[in-house]
Amino acid sequence: MASGIPIEITGLTKQFGAVTAVDDLTFTVEPGKVTGFLGPNGAGKTTTLRVLLGLVRPTRGTATFGGTPYASLTRPFESVGAALEATFHPGRTARNHLRVYATAAGLPRSRVQEVLDQVGISEFADRRVAGYSLGMRQRLSLATTLLGDPGVLVLDEPINGLDPEGIKWIRGFLRSLADEGRTVLVSSHLLSEVQQSVDEVVIISKGRLVKAGTLSSLELDAEAQTIIDSPDRRALAAALDAARIPYTEGRNGLIAAEPDPAVVGHAAFVAGVEVSSLHRLKSGLEESFLALVNGEAE
Amino acid sequence: MNAVLHSLGSEFEKVVTTRMWWVLGGLLVVYVAILAGGFGAFLGWTIQNPEAAAAAGGNTTVPPGVSLAPLVYTFASSIGYVFPVLLGALAVTGEFRHRTLTPTFLAEPRRSIVLGAKFLSQLVVGAGLGAAAFATSVGAGAPALAAFGLETELDSSDTWALVGRGILAMALWGAIGVGLGALVPNQVAAIVIVIAFTQFVEPILRLMASFSDVTASIGRFLPGAASDALVGASFYSIMSTGSSASLEWWQGGLVLLGIAVVATVIGGATTWRRDVS
Repeated sequence: MASGIPIEITGLTKQFGAVTAVDDLTFTVEPGKVTGFLGPNGAGKTTTLRVLLGLVRPTRGTATFGGTPYASLTRPFESVGAALEATFHPGRTARNHLRVYATAAGLPRSRVQEVLDQVGISEFADRRVAGYSLGMRQRLSLATTLLGDPGVLVLDEPINGLDPEGIKWIRGFLRSLADEGRTVLVSSHLLSEVQQSVDEVVIISKGRLVKAGTLSSLELDAEAQTIIDSPDRRALAAALDAARIPYTEGRNGLIAAEPDPAVVGHAAFVAGVEVSSLHRLKSGLEESFLALVNGEAE
Repeated sequence: MNAVLHSLGSEFEKVVTTRMWWVLGGLLVVYVAILAGGFGAFLGWTIQNPEAAAAAGGNTTVPPGVSLAPLVYTFASSIGYVFPVLLGALAVTGEFRHRTLTPTFLAEPRRSIVLGAKFLSQLVVGAGLGAAAFATSVGAGAPALAAFGLETELDSSDTWALVGRGILAMALWGAIGVGLGALVPNQVAAIVIVIAFTQFVEPILRLMASFSDVTASIGRFLPGAASDALVGASFYSIMSTGSSASLEWWQGGLVLLGIAVVATVIGGATTWRRDVS
């Protein structure tokens, strides 16, 4: 196995015509950890990864593996395994798909069976990919990234389309890869999808970095919050304004920056606003994530 | 150097691990067998029965001194060249269509190496199709000629030199396909261009060019004309007025190689360098 190398994104900007998909993005992904690369659809995650992998030319800035751009890596498959949107020729079998790319990367044929076993699709290996389910395609995509036994894994939405068993499997798998000292970067548009398997998070919105740090730092941000909802959210918002309680709008109501639900409930009561739900935010990660992402959007 | 060999190996695997190569190869063999066998038999019949042929409206009188066997054998390339072009174009457009450029460029980020490997591999695939096509045209044409007591010319070294040049032409057509695919990455557009150009546009242009000496001297640089010049004979040559308009065989080969290289280089500098998303 090649050793884990940090991923370094520095001042990265990519414009498609008048649209700025990635805007002056800077972050580092360290080896030995699973890093979640998060943001809503269209935030620029895939564009960032495509620039990192040399598929898209940046407008400005750099994206490297320990200082080396992907295209300059001497044996890229043996340093970096990348699974972007699963793309296969539908008429090719999984085994032949893996052979084609093992040959291109100058890897021994024996790796094909090894990675098929590793992701658990050996019994379907001689079927055409056209008949594969999304979950099987995800596994084949992952198998392709593992061909060179790389120290860095870059996976774009690897959990999308997996069944619950598959999700459980991939979480354990990503964890074991990171525990071996590899750099693992996993993108997702849902924090809940990856929060059980990531150590670090990099959150972007509209192409800009909104948060980079440990998962627990996100939890700290989320602490001391109360979620409150009302059939009349505007009146509720006015009530919180009147009580000088800061809040953000979340999926299930307003997220008030106040640890005590009694205080928030009182504010609504004073204003005569009907309350439909009121509770302390338990795992505030998702709400905190949405608040970060939405805050940036405004 | 290793990287080139790895990419080349990968390109060959891409060809043989999907069905397209034997679908097109099979069609080529059937097409050539029907035309070479059928035309050989038809020529034999008209020569044996000139009155009946004239009565049936057969005006394909073969000029004396023209040997028939090469005309029959070269159906392999004069009709069959569309197949290596298609396969070569699909080798490029398929990567765009199925979005497999992503894994391809991840395995070999130096895109010119990938395109070069496609060029070389399709030369070889084209030669393979050419070998199959000439095996078919000789295999079907020679018995048909022999059945009417005509000379098969299989004992002549000229015939085998013609077969060799025909296989070279088919190889070059495969490389032209790669160039076309790189210029026109849209698969449907590329297929339409191949079919329309080879089956309609070029035959019409060649016919029109043959009306005057000036246009004829330009028309001989048309790819199909250059290909026929390289191979040395085709059923077009009995329709055209004289062989003076045709290029030398090696000139024909250089024209085909030039088209393949120029198209591939331009495609490689344009569509092939674009962002892959």
